[in-house]
Amino acid sequence: MSSTDQQPTRPAPPAGLRALVERRTSRDLAGRLFSATATGAGALILVTLAAVAVFLVVRAWPAMTTPAEELADAISWIPEGTTLLGYVGPLVFGTLLAAVLALALAVPVATGIALFISHYAPRRLASPLGYVVDLLAAIPSVIYGLWGGLWLAPRLLPAWQWLADNLGFIPLFREPASTPPRVIMTVGVVLAVMILPIITAVAREVFLQTPRLHEEAALALGATRWEMVRMAVIPFGRSGLISAAMLGLGRALGETMAVFMILSPGFTYSFELLQAGQHQTIAANIANQFAEANPLGVSALIATGLALFVITLAVNTAARWVVARRKDFSGAN
Amino acid sequence: MAQRIDLKDLNVYYGSFLAVADVSMTIEPRSVTAFIGPSGCGKSTLLRTLNRMHEVIPGARVEGKVEMDGVDLYGSDVDAVAVRRQIGMVFQRPNPFPTMSIAENVLAGVRLNNRRIGKDEASELVEKSLQGANLWNEVKDRLDRPGSSLSGGQQQRLCIARAIAVKPQVLLMDEPCSALDPISTLAIEDLMDQLKKDYTIVIVTHNMQQAARVSDRTGFFNIAGTGKPGKLIEMDDTRTMFSTPSEQATEDYISGRFG
Ligand SMILES: Nc1ncnc2c1ncn2[C@@H]1O[C@H](COP(=O)(O)OP(=O)(O)O)[C@@H](O)[C@H]1O
Ligand SMILES: [Mg+2]
Repeated sequence: MSSTDQQPTRPAPPAGLRALVERRTSRDLAGRLFSATATGAGALILVTLAAVAVFLVVRAWPAMTTPAEELADAISWIPEGTTLLGYVGPLVFGTLLAAVLALALAVPVATGIALFISHYAPRRLASPLGYVVDLLAAIPSVIYGLWGGLWLAPRLLPAWQWLADNLGFIPLFREPASTPPRVIMTVGVVLAVMILPIITAVAREVFLQTPRLHEEAALALGATRWEMVRMAVIPFGRSGLISAAMLGLGRALGETMAVFMILSPGFTYSFELLQAGQHQTIAANIANQFAEANPLGVSALIATGLALFVITLAVNTAARWVVARRKDFSGAN
Repeated sequence: MAQRIDLKDLNVYYGSFLAVADVSMTIEPRSVTAFIGPSGCGKSTLLRTLNRMHEVIPGARVEGKVEMDGVDLYGSDVDAVAVRRQIGMVFQRPNPFPTMSIAENVLAGVRLNNRRIGKDEASELVEKSLQGANLWNEVKDRLDRPGSSLSGGQQQRLCIARAIAVKPQVLLMDEPCSALDPISTLAIEDLMDQLKKDYTIVIVTHNMQQAARVSDRTGFFNIAGTGKPGKLIEMDDTRTMFSTPSEQATEDYISGRFG
């Protein structure tokens, strides 16, 4: 560049100023380094996500392209006359049913516990309780699975029998309830227990962040404590609560061991929650079949895994959309 | 609607810390009473005892009496929630509910009292309250936008609209203009002048010109030093307080000779 050549060299800045200039460049460097690291980390996540998606598609491809006849012939646990979609369908259904049951049971309870800790319990009680919940959130899910399958499930039987006896006219609870209760309802309860701590922990954090200003605004209008919670705390925590629920849903969707150990599997689109041998989830099914599967069988299982991947992505996108839709009203501005 | 309030030998504590000591005064109905004094002398604390908002702070408590029309607000059979429905409050920082629209903010208190308010009745009340707070013309086209989309001064007037929508007996304001620009401040001072026809108003301010402009009576508070309780030094007609106060401390504070 000729123009730069002609520019007079700048005189060196005086010492004090030079220190400033140098400091500025070193800070620039730190800033650039940080933004490069952040961008890199972000890119790495995207690359990982893409790599997983590509892996799933590539490895599922053989099963997806094999004609139904051959597939059923080659894989012992796909019945004659069932296509790959026909095989994945009930699994997707079972997965969603178990997760939705768990969420429906866990979210109200978790919200209640979180509100109790954040706004009702005396302070002496609140922090130990919060601590216990955090501890529960750290227990590995297989432990809950063992406990749920061996201890909780038998104790749920009377409740399921009661439901079947009294509400059996609703197809959901068609009688008689299966014994032992290796049914989707039991799975729902155990999954709910498993996701309860994480939802509670996140919800409690969110509720604790309600600005004092808004709580006092409600109280000064003559709100009771519960009305204050409904006016200021829950609306403020709504998007956080949705995120918490999604965290729990993600865990419930992918949960393998607890379902594997409890549920007596079946491949139907049945809403009969108290009947054994009707449902199976994708994750538990993979765990169940993987060891003995031939190459085409593995490919078929990976195809079900691809379905799970798509479901989880869709669920998260939907949650984000719900949160974003009412951003103006979220209090974030 | 407006009622008179008598404070009798009031001591206000945070835990074991005595924040305000031995206050007795009368707050006249349909007038503006101003509390002035240096920062930390307990003006906000005292104001919050008037609608029992003080006690929402853990450990906070009150000794003595606050009587509204002869009824002790701290009597054992009086419900704090009921007191707050009668005595509205506007805070130092505007605090509309961010999750509610402008109209819903105005109706927030009303919905607590009477959930089944009709649609026409509700929109009538929204209009009347916003007009009462001099905000209607600015927001009438965007009532369903969030309250937090307004400017600071508008938000504060929205909070006033929310407070007067429940038709309280008394309106308490804790430095309502301290976060606002001069024009919004003027709007709220004008508003106070209108509102005192219907309400008993108590305002905390550390702006003495404001106290002189808007109030009928002024109470001056002071503290002897940090850790000491705040005390009511003198209370009188605003004109008297600002021309011929009877206490030297008042005169020093008002004339800016305060140290
Ligand atoms: N939440 C609180 N807990 C404990 N002490 C408080 C609290 N709020 C205020 N105080 C104390 O009470 C005294 C009076 O405070 P305040 O009423 O805010 O004064 P002012 O409004 O006149 O500036 C001060 O010493 C302050 O530190
Ligand atoms: Mg104050």
